Amino acid sequence: MSAATTIVRTGLARGGIELKQTLTNLTDLWTYLFPSVLLLGTIFFMGDAKVPGTDFSLGARTLPSTFGMSLAFGGLVMVAQLLVGDREDGTLLRAKATPNGMGGYLIGKVVQVSGMTLIGFLIQLLPGLFLVDGLRIDASGWLTLLWIVPLGLIATMPIGAVVGSLLDSPRSFGLVMLPIVGLIAISGVFYPITNFPGWLQGVAQVFPVYWLGLGLRSVFLPDALAAVEFGHSWRHLETLGVLSVWTVAGLVLAPIVLRRMARRESGSAVAARRERAMAARAV
Amino acid sequence: MTLTGALEAGIEVPAGERVIDVRDLRMRYGSQDVLDGISFAARRGEVLALLGPNGAGKTTTIEILEGFRMRSAGQVRVLGVDPAAGGERWRARLGVVLQSWRDHGKWRVRELLKHLGTYYADYSTPEIRRPWPVDDLIEVVGLAPHAGKRIGRLSGGQRRRLDVAIGIVGRPELLFLDEPTVGFDPAARREFHDLVHRLTDVDDTTILLTTHDLDEAEKLADRIVILAGGRIIADGSADELSRQVAGESEIRWTRDGSRYVHSAADATSFVRKLFLQYGDDIGELEVRRTSLEDTYMTMVREHEGTNR
Repeated sequence: MSAATTIVRTGLARGGIELKQTLTNLTDLWTYLFPSVLLLGTIFFMGDAKVPGTDFSLGARTLPSTFGMSLAFGGLVMVAQLLVGDREDGTLLRAKATPNGMGGYLIGKVVQVSGMTLIGFLIQLLPGLFLVDGLRIDASGWLTLLWIVPLGLIATMPIGAVVGSLLDSPRSFGLVMLPIVGLIAISGVFYPITNFPGWLQGVAQVFPVYWLGLGLRSVFLPDALAAVEFGHSWRHLETLGVLSVWTVAGLVLAPIVLRRMARRESGSAVAARRERAMAARAV
Repeated sequence: MTLTGALEAGIEVPAGERVIDVRDLRMRYGSQDVLDGISFAARRGEVLALLGPNGAGKTTTIEILEGFRMRSAGQVRVLGVDPAAGGERWRARLGVVLQSWRDHGKWRVRELLKHLGTYYADYSTPEIRRPWPVDDLIEVVGLAPHAGKRIGRLSGGQRRRLDVAIGIVGRPELLFLDEPTVGFDPAARREFHDLVHRLTDVDDTTILLTTHDLDEAEKLADRIVILAGGRIIADGSADELSRQVAGESEIRWTRDGSRYVHSAADATSFVRKLFLQYGDDIGELEVRRTSLEDTYMTMVREHEGTNR
């Protein structure tokens, strides 16, 4: 068997095992359930509110937007978080000490995060369908789903890996969460941004969160709702364009940053990080 | 005392048998020399212990040999390859056991060993079948009762045994052990020593280990290299080292139900006088040569003395 086959096969197996592990312990199950409880609660309290200028339920518009948000969140935050954790506890160094281990590790992470994101997606979708009226999906919607979900993951995971490589410890994670929460606030997830100031709209449309939200609204909402979006359209072409730019940028940048980060991993680096972690806990 | 190490050590081992070959290795961070031109070699099947006070450069040396750290200058060959350019095939011939690993806490013991083993299958040769069959391996390191346990729930000693198992799952030709028995109880330590002997005797594995336990170094190592202040201050077997230090031997005996202890530079003549004086009254006579610990302390102290 060639090394490449082993890397792919072992990486897939690794991702499968780690995905299964997230379903068999309470902490991970809670991280699946917590966002959907929070989200469904929010939608519940939106009650009879309508999308401005229409008589369409705001809750029904929000739900697909949050699917897009979760997708981006999975790719960006989850990857970064897992990477930082794996660096701190020595998992990455272990991969480095194993022949072809890094390749297997990365494939494993892609499988694990994709799987976790999809499971999270289903956990939100199924109860959501009972909670709000007006969601529907047709053949072209399925087709959109088929390209936008994988593209969303490839566009965000490498960026998440870059962020995770640059962070030094799980404790500096707050630095990343703050701008991400800000980004979500301006990306039209919970409320349309057509009334926001122009520059803020511009900023939002640079990042994938807005486009993934838009893309998933196009999948689940009736086409009439496109009227309240920019350009009165679902803008699939632009979505494809922006997400592709992020994909290319991520795939160029991530290997460089990952390699640099991996090169610095050694026993003493892991030990030093561990000592810092213990000191931080003691304070 | 003499400062050995340097280049003589490299000449002791014939070039063809050198699993590790280090010449004039230097490592400099900013303006500080962490390694100041060290040279040593290890032959196939040999257990080499690297001793030295904290900050002597042991970890840096090991990390350079493992290919985890780039050196500033000098020649290094590990299994005939420069670690700075070692590929995956080279990596497959090494085993690494480091301190303080907490990875893969959610995995189960057997599951992880099986998984990591699959990476080595491509590098199996007719002489060395890789990986080590997982159930045999678990048996060898004494983890059979815990094979199905979550790794995060293992005790400290069990976790270290797992680390060793991971280090040898690919049947390495060269194994790096960084303070392998920290946190072991005496029984676990004995079992671990038996395992090391098995690896070197049966599988002809070369082992480079660091330890602060001098008793362990004496038991396991064929040769001991002492590093201090970025230089090798001694290189030889425990016996050779103790002969280099003009130490005193310790003599113990009993007479009329009392115990006596005495230190003497020339134990033989002291004992002769003792018998001339008391004859048959002397019982339970013991003569102990300077321990490795004494030798080590003397050498490190002398080194620090000359540098001050």
